[in-house]
Amino acid sequence: MNWQPTYTIETLQQRGEILAKIRAFFAQRKVIEVDTQLLSRSTVTDTQLSGLSLEYLGETFYLQTSPEYAMKRLLAAGAPDIYQMGKAFRADESGRVHNPEFTMLEWYRLGFDHFELMQETQDLLQAVLNTKPAKKITYAQIFQDHFKIDPHLASVADWQVVAKQNELDVSDSMDHAGSDTWQQLLFTHIIEPKLGFDAPVFIYDYPASQCALAKIRKDAEYPVAERFEVYVCGVELANGYHELTDWQEQQTRFEKDNAWRKAQNLPEKPIDRMLTQALKQGMPDCSGIALGVDRLIMLALNKKHLSEVLPFGWEVA
Amino acid sequence: MTTYSTSQFKAGLKIMLDGSPCSIIENEFVKPGKGQAFSRVRIRNLKTGRVIERTFKSGESVESADVVDLEMQYLYCDGELWHFMCPSTYEQHTAGAEALGGNEIWLKEQDVCTVTLYNGHPLVIEPPIFVELKIVETDPGLKGDTSGGGGKPAKLESGATVRVPLFVQEGEVIKVDTRKGEYVSRA
Repeated sequence: MNWQPTYTIETLQQRGEILAKIRAFFAQRKVIEVDTQLLSRSTVTDTQLSGLSLEYLGETFYLQTSPEYAMKRLLAAGAPDIYQMGKAFRADESGRVHNPEFTMLEWYRLGFDHFELMQETQDLLQAVLNTKPAKKITYAQIFQDHFKIDPHLASVADWQVVAKQNELDVSDSMDHAGSDTWQQLLFTHIIEPKLGFDAPVFIYDYPASQCALAKIRKDAEYPVAERFEVYVCGVELANGYHELTDWQEQQTRFEKDNAWRKAQNLPEKPIDRMLTQALKQGMPDCSGIALGVDRLIMLALNKKHLSEVLPFGWEVA
Repeated sequence: MTTYSTSQFKAGLKIMLDGSPCSIIENEFVKPGKGQAFSRVRIRNLKTGRVIERTFKSGESVESADVVDLEMQYLYCDGELWHFMCPSTYEQHTAGAEALGGNEIWLKEQDVCTVTLYNGHPLVIEPPIFVELKIVETDPGLKGDTSGGGGKPAKLESGATVRVPLFVQEGEVIKVDTRKGEYVSRA
């Protein structure tokens, strides 16, 4: 029986040092570490995430897919700048850079917009990966650069042409996919593998239809979500928002997710009323970000697979 | 009908694709920060040997292919068909030239081959990676050459021709790597 760890003892040392470096980074900036619960009575409604759950004393509890809701409740209750580094769980995600259980670093900065948080994220990457100053490119621009197409205006038919030009062979189920799914296909297959090799790349101002929990800005030709993603060496490292604070809008987005779930014959998820109540009372204007720590360590140590930086990868967990 | 969901995809899984039995070579899980997850799969068509890459949406299902790999002993060729037998069950199968796909030049009676059965019929025959075959025809080499450099063609008992070092002579048995069609050593 193979009981051995999947990382080496040398990596154990290095991983420990990186975790300490991250904590030192936040201590220096007076961001306070919190450790919220892993098990909650509600979970995300996100249409593309599935969580794990368990039964306890006749109630269903969900393992967190991220500490976002609990940390936002802390912010609404008057917490200062906070960070958390701990485990998150996502069902059906397994591969070279996915593990169903992983370490997530999430932090919130009061009064920051997404540009200020991008700057701070760049500082953290510099501290851990020793990277050059990051490039910041809008979502529209990166699609323009690769495919000469405006993602905010393109139709499904346009995406199908681009996929063909790039020789992507897709299953018939893509015939029914919407514009966002086609964009995600082209982004993950063609653009992402090339991003962030000289310096980290921040992609920002996503289509409003991919807003997740970010504020939507309506000042441009089309509305954009104040959301960004961070890429280093072809790997997606982090996802940040200028956070939505409007509780009614939040409630609407949750309900929309559940309506979609119902239409797709997927289970609807209990909406986190404690979060919407907290937002109703008022969460200060802030930006927040979640970063995959195992991926960060994998990149820092020049490894190819997450298992190489985990004590016990999924196969031997 | 058995189906597999993308979360069950892994190397070696046999699935039906565009009406042909295929084998998954590699499955990569791809997901944007927020949004649709995909399985990006490299697949070998077992009929044509062609390798393609195809992307599925996570959660999709595909039909399984009734394909099994069996170790079988090569018995003989009747001039048209090649005959194989499973050593444990004595079950016999015959394969045509299409299933051999040129691999017949490595077959020696009683060698154990991998026979891929599709719906119960041989689809692909893989010879052993290393075979030991007798040289039936080669030019005499120059005396004193032991380096193995240069080489000369040698015809083997099974019908294949491989390059061998000059010091190897007719009548000798040699070990050959069938993947590359290369001489390895004297047996």
